[in-house]
Amino acid sequence: MTQPLVEMRGISKHFGGVVALEDVTVNLFPGEVVGLLGHNGAGKSTLIKILAGAHEPDGGQILVNGQPVRIDSPRAARGVGIETIYQTLALADNLDAPANLFLGRELRTRFGMLDDDRMEQATRAVLDRLKIKLRSLKMPVGQMSGGQRQAIAIGRAIHFEAKILIMDEPCAALGPEETAMVGNLVKELKRQGIGIFLISHDMHDVFDLADRVTVMKGGKVVGTYRTSDVSQDDVLAMIISGKLPEAQMDLGGGR
Amino acid sequence: MGGPDSTARGILQAIGIDARVLAMLAALIAIWLAFHALTDGLFLTPRNLWNLAVQTSVVGVLATGMVLIIVARHIDLSVGSVLGFVGMTLAVFQVTIFTPGAGWNTPATIGVALAVGIAAGAFQGWWIAYRLVPAFIVTLAGLLMFRGGAWMLTSGRTLAPMEPDFQVLGGGLTGAIGAPASWALGLGASVIVVALALRGRQRKATFGFPVRPWWGEIVRIGLWLAAILGFVATMNSYLQPRTSIPMGIPVPVLILIAIVLAMEVMTRTTAFGRYIYAMGGNPEATRLSGVDTRKVTFILFALMGALAAVAGIIATARLNAGTNSTGELAELSVIAAAVIGGTSLAGGVGTISGAILGAIIMQSLQNGMVLMGLPSALQSVIIGAVLIIAVWIDVTYRRRLTRSPT
Ligand SMILES: Nc1ncnc2c1ncn2[C@@H]1O[C@H](COP(=O)(O)OP(=O)(O)OP(=O)(O)O)[C@@H](O)[C@H]1O
Ligand SMILES: [Mg+2]
Repeated sequence: MTQPLVEMRGISKHFGGVVALEDVTVNLFPGEVVGLLGHNGAGKSTLIKILAGAHEPDGGQILVNGQPVRIDSPRAARGVGIETIYQTLALADNLDAPANLFLGRELRTRFGMLDDDRMEQATRAVLDRLKIKLRSLKMPVGQMSGGQRQAIAIGRAIHFEAKILIMDEPCAALGPEETAMVGNLVKELKRQGIGIFLISHDMHDVFDLADRVTVMKGGKVVGTYRTSDVSQDDVLAMIISGKLPEAQMDLGGGR
Repeated sequence: MGGPDSTARGILQAIGIDARVLAMLAALIAIWLAFHALTDGLFLTPRNLWNLAVQTSVVGVLATGMVLIIVARHIDLSVGSVLGFVGMTLAVFQVTIFTPGAGWNTPATIGVALAVGIAAGAFQGWWIAYRLVPAFIVTLAGLLMFRGGAWMLTSGRTLAPMEPDFQVLGGGLTGAIGAPASWALGLGASVIVVALALRGRQRKATFGFPVRPWWGEIVRIGLWLAAILGFVATMNSYLQPRTSIPMGIPVPVLILIAIVLAMEVMTRTTAFGRYIYAMGGNPEATRLSGVDTRKVTFILFALMGALAAVAGIIATARLNAGTNSTGELAELSVIAAAVIGGTSLAGGVGTISGAILGAIIMQSLQNGMVLMGLPSALQSVIIGAVLIIAVWIDVTYRRRLTRSPT
């Protein structure tokens, strides 16, 4: 058995009196897609924000490639190869695609100045790989379509060679064609050995893309299952009731 | 990416002029012609244009920083008071502490002024960035505190005179560089404009990016050269009243030009400049991208303090005295200049060059109304009305341009 890419062990987090996460354990292997499912407010976004360095956990441990790591900032998360595509598109609408793709990690010239030409070239290369055609890279991303904007967020992960990719509802704002495009991308990244946490409310998408699903409710993990071992109806029942259907074996972190 | 385009829009694009810059230039020319007619030919004279240039420098210096503050979704109401506080402080040092007539007096005074301005800006920036008190409140408090502080320094007494070499910075009769140096600067700038344009084309070509057509490039360079050399010629055509020697470019205008260039380079080529715009577009995304947005905010306000110090130096040198009321209401002209120049109060959008155009428009209005002899109460009413109309036009224009309601 290969070593997990990421293990989050016993993570807990509360906001004031609200317990958002309680003793949550999940893991992710290379080349694997794990779907995180649960009702609104189940704690999915909070969990992955902790992995992305946007929140600090109150308790628990994170291991990357078996090594305990401290992820106390978005920069620290990127440092261990974690890239995130947020539920609310985290792009600066007034800046162009290269500026967004490289935000916080700008390429510099010898003199320490922004190297816009090289950033534009690299952006073009990444978007070509994603088969995205833009009229102009110089236009503010606020004027682009949802799919094009999502491609920039994904392009960021690809350019910086993420090992671990977090996608929080990547298709929520997209049309069917664009959703299919993101789906193909996920499969492509998976082939390259990248581990992906995928949050989605669309059961079809999740069963199409994910190898395992982790169901959450009220800040706790209900269970983790291989998508090949459970039906969509079973999972739906778990999301609603928060209980294991009888005669189902919890497969936990096993593979 | 269309081919050659012969519509008005295509022509503008080939030359590289933004439609809104063109609109502002048109408005400026209309204002100038109107005042020229209304003042029986007093407005467009060498003397008045020279004065207009000097008057614009204080508001212009402040506007370069205010644009960035507003772009970053903040506001600074304290710039006029910080200007006044710095002016009073430097007068105290120059007149009562440092040795009068000593060669080191003026450089040391400038050093004190910059240090005080940066400290004032950093103080406010710390409350805003690290204690999360809204900029509106912190700088409103700053407006009161620094104005009060300026009074307390001398209990309201005016300090004068300033050193002769300090007065040069204010653009009085000794505060200009003469015709030969002005022409030399103008020609040097022209050479740089041409060189930069050619280098830009070459770089674009090596990266395989589209370049503008040659005719567009030539028109663009021609417009720049006409503006630079026309400005020099105008400044040189104002003769010093007693000696009839051409005055040339005023020193405060040189200071303004240097600051505009430095600030433009900073916003276009440094990560700090880019983060200011990113924060204005989406503060949360910028933070999640690993940018230390608090530090950026803090430094930005300290920078605004430094600019207020420069403006305080120019204003005090020009008055040849430190008074506790110097710079009163400057914050309003500066914010108006930024907004008229296309800075969006919603954040994320605004350019330094636009704000400078805005400052020239504001100052032209004020200057023209004084020449017309309008009572100052009426001047205030008109300036207020202009501000509302300018922003209304801008809002309407933007709504038609953008699809999304951002
Ligand atoms: N910054 C915050 N401050 C206070 N409470 C928060 C914060 N973020 C999340 N919460 C609370 O934590 C709980 C989990 O929220 P979370 O966003 O993780 O849910 P989610 O599973 O992603 O839901 P959705 O499917 O709607 O995106 C909710 O009760 C929410 O109100
Ligand atoms: Mg969520």
